[in-house]
Amino acid sequence: MIPLDIEAVRGDFPILQKPLPKGLPLVYLDSGASAQKPQCVIDKEREVYENYYANAYRGVYRFGAIVDEELEGAREKVRQFIRAEHSDEIVFTSGCTMSLNLVASGWGKRNLKAGDEILINEMEHHANFVPWQQLAAQTGATCRFLPLTDDGRLEMARIGEVLSDKTKIVAVTGMSNMLGTLNPIDELAKKAHDAGAVIVVDGAQSVPHEHTDVVASGIDFLAFSGHKLYGPSGVGVLYGKRELLEQTAPILFGGHMIDRVYKDHSTWASSPAKFEAGTIQIAQAIALGAAIDYMGTLGMDKVQEHERNVLEYAYNRLQEIPGMRIYGPGVEHRGAITSFTIDGAHPEDLAQLLDRKGVFVRHGHHCTMPLHDLLGVSATVRASFGVYNSRDDVDALMDAIQFACQRLRLT
Amino acid sequence: MQDLTIEELYEEFEDLPDWDERCDYLIDLGFSLPELPAESKTEENRVHGCQSNVWLVADIKKSNPPTVEFLANSDAVIVNGLIAVIAALYSRKTPQEIISINAEEAFKKLGLERHLSPQRRNGLYSMVQRVRELAVQAEAQS
Repeated sequence: MIPLDIEAVRGDFPILQKPLPKGLPLVYLDSGASAQKPQCVIDKEREVYENYYANAYRGVYRFGAIVDEELEGAREKVRQFIRAEHSDEIVFTSGCTMSLNLVASGWGKRNLKAGDEILINEMEHHANFVPWQQLAAQTGATCRFLPLTDDGRLEMARIGEVLSDKTKIVAVTGMSNMLGTLNPIDELAKKAHDAGAVIVVDGAQSVPHEHTDVVASGIDFLAFSGHKLYGPSGVGVLYGKRELLEQTAPILFGGHMIDRVYKDHSTWASSPAKFEAGTIQIAQAIALGAAIDYMGTLGMDKVQEHERNVLEYAYNRLQEIPGMRIYGPGVEHRGAITSFTIDGAHPEDLAQLLDRKGVFVRHGHHCTMPLHDLLGVSATVRASFGVYNSRDDVDALMDAIQFACQRLRLT
Repeated sequence: MQDLTIEELYEEFEDLPDWDERCDYLIDLGFSLPELPAESKTEENRVHGCQSNVWLVADIKKSNPPTVEFLANSDAVIVNGLIAVIAALYSRKTPQEIISINAEEAFKKLGLERHLSPQRRNGLYSMVQRVRELAVQAEAQS
């Protein structure tokens, strides 16, 4: 396999060409929070507004027809990208959080009752944690927790203790947004199905970085966001198996989602319209199609290989720093994320000092408070890598950390 | 808290043209901030911020008029520097004076407006709110 041409890729992202004040180059290490956009995505969104913008699924006039065609084209691209069977299994949402909430409220409330169980774990992002907690509170169901190993992986050997015929939902992330842990989705899906449960996968972190095949993996529901996939903000996706979406109630009412409204009751359109109330994210969803095309051009195999290479380099270099603690598993079990603390340095100070060197990292609890409680730290610094990051960025991170440690009087 | 006045800080910051210098100065201030005794770092005294802990203890001096003394600490150095700035703004002032101080204005004047807003979630904004509440209470009791 020919490696990714990183210089060409970097050239596709206009924001990376613009130096920061004082001429510092931008070292963007927060793709885990949101990724930068390639020119083709920016151009596509602009194209919609400049050439044929109209509301979706309404106008028979020329622009309305183009918008509908573009949107359905984007939906088809999403379908192919995650290898779903039918395009009506692809719902555009406002983002991954809404997608997960839609499953919890729309499917969960209809299908769970007191005594049922939901299997989650402590590494989940709050968006794949709190909705289940709420669902349990509303239905009388109980959340069970699959234990984590010391190195931050799911302890699959103990799944028998928490998965049973009471389990109705297994909710899990494809890749932890804090530990970087890659979870064994195929195996979990099989175990969930054997127990008679559905599996809901939070793909926010995994979908931009590796191949996704919902059918081969046996995924029932998959949620992910557009903005982490180098697409626009404000748009996300919910994939659900056709028969499961049929069982899912809409959670937003009005606009495009209705079939017939009477004075005393209403009926709904079928999926995906049923879940796309109001005016959807027209330009954003269309431009998400462009982001998917872009990833297809690069090739997910190459993307994965390249990011793995950067991750391994970062993982090894970071360990050179005195007092460094990297959380989570070794590189063989993680995606392109490293969250760490340095003894004697507060993550907030580190992040602010790194910013002075043009190195953008995230600090805090990364919306994973239960995980931080488990690890016994209140906050960490996270450097997450995207397709445009290189070993040079890791070197810049190292230099910036040295600078920060010196300012914090640690050296 | 410290003997630094806000006027001295305004002067000091005039000579610090950009964030890098101001940040280094805040770090120095942060390192020299008096340490809050460990027993004061309780949940009750914690100001709820998102990303760093801030503990605040206030003491109403029963002078005439009463003045409010307070001591605060964060576990982050730069926030401690910002606490020193807030201390310079508020310490040894009467409740009346405290209520009339506009902290946002002062932070803007110092070029630190990025660091004091409800959205920053660094506990500082909540800290200013709490100082003001304490001042209102002290005023009511005098």
